[in-house]
Amino acid sequence: MSTETNGDRSLRWLKRAVAVPYFWLLLFFLAPFLIILKISVADPIVAQPPFTPFFEWGAEGIEGIRATFANFAFLFQDGYYGIIYAASLKMAAIGTLLCLLLGYPMAYYIARQPAQRRHLLLLAVILPFWISFLLRVYAWIGLLNTRGVINEFLIWTGVIDRPLAMLYNDFAVYLGIVYSYLPFMILPLYANLERMDLDLLDAAADLGARRWRAFVDITLPLSVPGIIGGCLLVFIPAVGEFTIPALLGGADTLMIGRVLWDEFFVNRDWPVASAVSVVLLLLLIAPIMWFQRLQSREHEAVR
Amino acid sequence: MRQRAPMLVSIVAFGYALLYVPIVSVVIYSFNDSRLVTLWGGFSLRWYASLLEDDKLLEAALLSLRIAVVSATFATALGAIVALALHRVARLRGRVLLSGMVTAPLVMPEIITGVSLLFLFISMANLVGWPMNRGAATITIAHITFSMAYVVVVVRSRLANMDESLEEAAMDLGGRPLAVFFDVTVPMLLPALVSGWLLAFTLSLDDLVISSFVSGPGATTLPMFIFAKVRLGVTPDINAITTIIIALVAVAVATASIVTNRRRPDAAQ
Repeated sequence: MSTETNGDRSLRWLKRAVAVPYFWLLLFFLAPFLIILKISVADPIVAQPPFTPFFEWGAEGIEGIRATFANFAFLFQDGYYGIIYAASLKMAAIGTLLCLLLGYPMAYYIARQPAQRRHLLLLAVILPFWISFLLRVYAWIGLLNTRGVINEFLIWTGVIDRPLAMLYNDFAVYLGIVYSYLPFMILPLYANLERMDLDLLDAAADLGARRWRAFVDITLPLSVPGIIGGCLLVFIPAVGEFTIPALLGGADTLMIGRVLWDEFFVNRDWPVASAVSVVLLLLLIAPIMWFQRLQSREHEAVR
Repeated sequence: MRQRAPMLVSIVAFGYALLYVPIVSVVIYSFNDSRLVTLWGGFSLRWYASLLEDDKLLEAALLSLRIAVVSATFATALGAIVALALHRVARLRGRVLLSGMVTAPLVMPEIITGVSLLFLFISMANLVGWPMNRGAATITIAHITFSMAYVVVVVRSRLANMDESLEEAAMDLGGRPLAVFFDVTVPMLLPALVSGWLLAFTLSLDDLVISSFVSGPGATTLPMFIFAKVRLGVTPDINAITTIIIALVAVAVATASIVTNRRRPDAAQ
């Protein structure tokens, strides 16, 4: 059984090598989360860093733990943050829904094309993803401006005679979310729809089902995993989105990512900023776990 | 049973227009002579010329490129090891934690990653005296951490449909594990490693939020520079930068697809 021992030998070095990325992730991914938990219960002080230490070091080692939930109490008493969290969740949810409404027909269409065209159409969906996200969001400023391309075009064709206010409001943010996250919606949907057994639809058609009926009764229920996957992939990052509301949103577009940024760089209230991010993380933990479970199930299916 | 569905086709056409109209309009307007962004003032390359004179911009671009090359290389190496370990070592200690830690960054809002890494660096500076100054090094560490996750996804999907018999044969012929790894496994994984590297490179070059948090005074990456400018509205020289980046991406994607297709004639992606 020489293959066994050879295989074991090769696995042995892999087991040893994996310690490096393992340690890396523990240090640079897991530890930071424990630290924001810690800082979110610290008092703000005027110093560098601007928060109190967690442990009091005495002669006997750690003498006490300083923790305050004042930062969280502040978040909940001050209705401002509650409104912002709700607004972020609402904007992300509507953005995700719009993304689904556009992404589903696209994924459905692509999945039903002959192989050659399918790859080309799919490539065209992925391609913009390679171009800077910041610059693609920026591109919309030039399009949506009151003196932007779209307004000038609509005035020129006579559809409107006064420019529409399309930039620096919630509309622009929704558009930005749909535009930026569309590929993330289409890819899982496509992967699901492409695998689907077309014989089922044929059978439905043979039995006299209308296309629409066949779609609602068969295709749609079968594509639910793809819908959930795509929606999570859009919704989770959209809740904490910073760039889109910062560039396209108006002064009254309150999203938590932007507020957190200001709390950090403008107000420099780090414990509150840290409490804000802890609450954001708690809000997102359920969808993130859900996504993780979907992912690992997918891997099980492949293996 | 295929029927025409004009409704469906027009939605799809709208979707593709949405994806490409902004990019095309930026490219067109980057050649516009007029300072007023929407007024066409004739063809001109003046915004490209003005880029060359902008020292701050060139400095930022150079810093971003350096960070992107280093972080993509490390992320690819570390990500490939994680993917191999998750795929091959059946009884890996701490498997659930490891696979959790590499998939979480895919969906983690960047703003949280940025804040938490900044706090880590501050705590480290207090405890071990490093990093005293945040800048290129801390940005590179942050980029390696999040782009590793994407490399793992790419390499894992390649491993899932890779034939392992070649490696087994090499082992049977008495190849030492490391030799087999570099002579057989790495060449077979090469397309995935190349696309993983390119993905990590692009993500690093593109990152605004995480870099802003973990950077210090003096280290301004290209996205940070661009963001500071576009926050005030459209500026024609940013159109020129965008066009250059689009051209670079087009070349990179073309190269990558040629490499991948030569290796995998029946490639699905």
